Amino acid sequence: MTREIQLTDQILDLVGDQAEAEVLASTGNLALTRFANSFIHQNVAEEGEAVSLRVAVDGRVASSKTTATSDDALEVFVNAALETAAMQPVDEDWAGIAEPAPLPAVEHADDATYDASPDARADLVKAFVDAGEGMLAAGYCQTDGQSVAFANSAGQAVSGRNTSAIIDGIHQTGTSAGSGHAASVAIGDLDGFQVGALAAQRAIDSATPFDTKPGEYEVILAPEAVGTLAVFLGFYGFNGKMLSEGQSFVDLGSRQFDERFQMWDDVTDPRAMGIPFDTEGTPKGHLDLVIDGVTRGVAHNRKTAKKFGVASTGNNIPGSEGWGPVPTNVFVGGGELSVEDLIAGVERGIYVSTFNYCRILDPKTMVVTGLTRNGTFMIENGRITDAVTNMRFTQSFVDALGEGTILGLGNDARFADSEFAPGIMYVPTMHLASWNFTGGAEG
Amino acid sequence: MFEYPTAAVEGALAAGATYADARVVVSKQESIDVQNQAVQSLDRTEQAGVGVRALIGSSWGFFATADLSGRAATAAGERATEIARASAAVPGDPMQFADVDVVQDTYETPYLEDPFTVPLSEKVDLLIGVTKTMQEVEGIAIATGNLTFYDTNKWFVSSQGHRIHQHLVESGGGFDATALGENESQRRSYPQSFGQYETGGYEVIRKWDFAANAGRIAEEAAALLTADELEEQETDLILEGSQFALQIHESVGHAIELDRILGWEAAFAGTSHLQLPKLGTFKFGSELMNITADATLPGALGTFGYDDEGTRAQPVDIVKNGIWTGVLSGRDSAAMAGLPPGGMVRADGYNRLPMVRMTNVGILPGDSSLEEIIADTKNGVYMSTNRSWSIDDKRLNFQFGTEIAWEIKDGKLGRMLKNPTYTGIGPVFWASLDRLAGGDEWIHWGTPNCGKGQPMQVAHTGHSAAPGRFKNVRVGVRG
Repeated sequence: MTREIQLTDQILDLVGDQAEAEVLASTGNLALTRFANSFIHQNVAEEGEAVSLRVAVDGRVASSKTTATSDDALEVFVNAALETAAMQPVDEDWAGIAEPAPLPAVEHADDATYDASPDARADLVKAFVDAGEGMLAAGYCQTDGQSVAFANSAGQAVSGRNTSAIIDGIHQTGTSAGSGHAASVAIGDLDGFQVGALAAQRAIDSATPFDTKPGEYEVILAPEAVGTLAVFLGFYGFNGKMLSEGQSFVDLGSRQFDERFQMWDDVTDPRAMGIPFDTEGTPKGHLDLVIDGVTRGVAHNRKTAKKFGVASTGNNIPGSEGWGPVPTNVFVGGGELSVEDLIAGVERGIYVSTFNYCRILDPKTMVVTGLTRNGTFMIENGRITDAVTNMRFTQSFVDALGEGTILGLGNDARFADSEFAPGIMYVPTMHLASWNFTGGAEG
Repeated sequence: MFEYPTAAVEGALAAGATYADARVVVSKQESIDVQNQAVQSLDRTEQAGVGVRALIGSSWGFFATADLSGRAATAAGERATEIARASAAVPGDPMQFADVDVVQDTYETPYLEDPFTVPLSEKVDLLIGVTKTMQEVEGIAIATGNLTFYDTNKWFVSSQGHRIHQHLVESGGGFDATALGENESQRRSYPQSFGQYETGGYEVIRKWDFAANAGRIAEEAAALLTADELEEQETDLILEGSQFALQIHESVGHAIELDRILGWEAAFAGTSHLQLPKLGTFKFGSELMNITADATLPGALGTFGYDDEGTRAQPVDIVKNGIWTGVLSGRDSAAMAGLPPGGMVRADGYNRLPMVRMTNVGILPGDSSLEEIIADTKNGVYMSTNRSWSIDDKRLNFQFGTEIAWEIKDGKLGRMLKNPTYTGIGPVFWASLDRLAGGDEWIHWGTPNCGKGQPMQVAHTGHSAAPGRFKNVRVGVRG
């Protein structure tokens, strides 16, 4: 019996028949090696265990978390949760706890990554740094391994492991920066030199940028930039709580996007990361969000599913009560074209490597403002001609993907680390008809 | 509790570290969310563990464990040293470490009413009551309220002899009303977006008198649906205090972080447009711009006794009469820049590495008032309460949106305006500051959600501010 399962059993025993109870226990190793000015300046690791407990006493619900897992501490922890719940008003929307259901047979874990050493991370960092000779490198290499067990008083008991490894960074000249990124379940899949070389090349290519006029441009969005679109669509749009409150743009069954736009959530895909159940113990599977431009689904937890009279999709996340359920194994459909072919299809436009500091102005219209970063280029007559300075945009992400807007899709889909959520978006390069740039970043 | 950080430091030194420090952190948090008169969540979180930092040459290592035992703490020190040794595979220049007083002391947040002993029913009833009041206003679809309380004990030990215990108490909360229209949503919040947070006990919540403001906030949210849109123009802009505080946080607070200036955050948070050779001469803003970073302000959210390197809390001049004079720093970054350490290094829990964070970065009060400033404005816009914030990686180009605005004509507030935004370039914008309020309108606004670092850390920061006017600002930018 693993330690996580032992903890869930122990807590359920302590709760007994006093309440409906859900327990989530995790153990693991998170380690992150950061570098800047081409040396490792921060290097951290942690190990530990944590438990979360949600109890419902006759519909009176309370949640607690703790890292203190001694026998005595757990007894205090459980009693406090029960006492807190008993003082609550009844939650009329309480959807109960999950009935036993099997998990899909999938595990996204790699032993070497789970126990990766600081030396292994340092080797990847060194390769990244070495790829940009004479340049200043900055970024991080992270390895994460988690073992998670869930059990509830209805008899659902599931567990799983997952790992991830990421190398992400920039190379800088005196006037520019370029970025590179790779992520995988297995640290052995990462090539620090290759990622560093892309970052270095982008920095070199953008070393002498010029200011271009604000306005509407065709754009080629590299996977990191597309990842930002997918994060906003997922968190603000394909979110059962936002939809139930009338705050989402989603209109199920309507053609809201270009017919070439496909988006789905699928932890069972061999390329995915994560564990195949959510924090309510609901198994995850394949969830279509957009098929051929038609909005087909949203993410649900038990509470939002009850409101819509459907089944939970297994997308509850920590904090879901306030934020709502969101897709976290997102794929955006790619195409057949190479990045070079996509660029060749642009008469005049902008290539965006990454977006930065994007914030939503209105969730209903999905108008977002943000900036470009780490390599922005002018495309003329089918080829990149110059680097341009970073620009601010204000753009509706739904409109950007609307009817007739997708002019090309790349064959380069991969994990693309948006600024919000590493390892949850697997997306390609996109050629879009129009993007509204409102000004240069430096005025 | 001092035995565990002591064991961790001893473990690191025995493994070869030349310097080590360790913190045991035992913290609890209570958070209550109510939506439309129903408790949406009631979360209680407890965290306990030890984190140890070890230095070898130019290289740091950090390791944390939730296992609070002497054996685990010693092992954590050894692991931190092992990690520091691995860092040497990609080395930098030898690490300098500024001297600070070696202190053995205790510090406790002054507070009147322990928020964890206030009956849960009283807290829940307060939030149910304000959401009920808001829901009674026609057009309000979503009414939410939140209260969050933090109680943190830290025991810090360093290999230089520091031995410090701190007990910090923080309280905060707020509420908001959302009105839904045909294809839009409009929200109003109180006391500010994400709520107001301060160091102190439940008296913080009582002071802000939620019940007296719920109806007004809901009526404003509903009225926004039929308000005119702010048109794009260049005009005089008056910022309400909490939005002024956000402006300081984003365009001054992050720009003066010495780790950003030194390039240590280049890949993620970014760098800064400020360059150290210009410290003492760079014109950051107008004569009215006097910014301090003061971790000693009573009641402000970024107030403590000692930072997480054992440096005493202190006030530091950041901008004096518009000239950039200071930075936010820690012992290593300050030594590298040849500056005195500012005591501004903090960590988000036992399991995070201490790093440069804002304390209370605020503007000193002016001698005017909002009423006087409006009366003195012929054409302009008054904007209140942050709704969106975006700024570039050098902290120069910003675009902020607020929940609500009012037109100003001939010294009087006029039409309510929706979807207000404004944009600018930091030093140009700050140079246009020409009127600043003070007195009772100067408030220690608190930001409980400042993100920085990898793995991500969330810091609690304070920003003293009052309403102020900026000339000729571009407003109403939209897609």
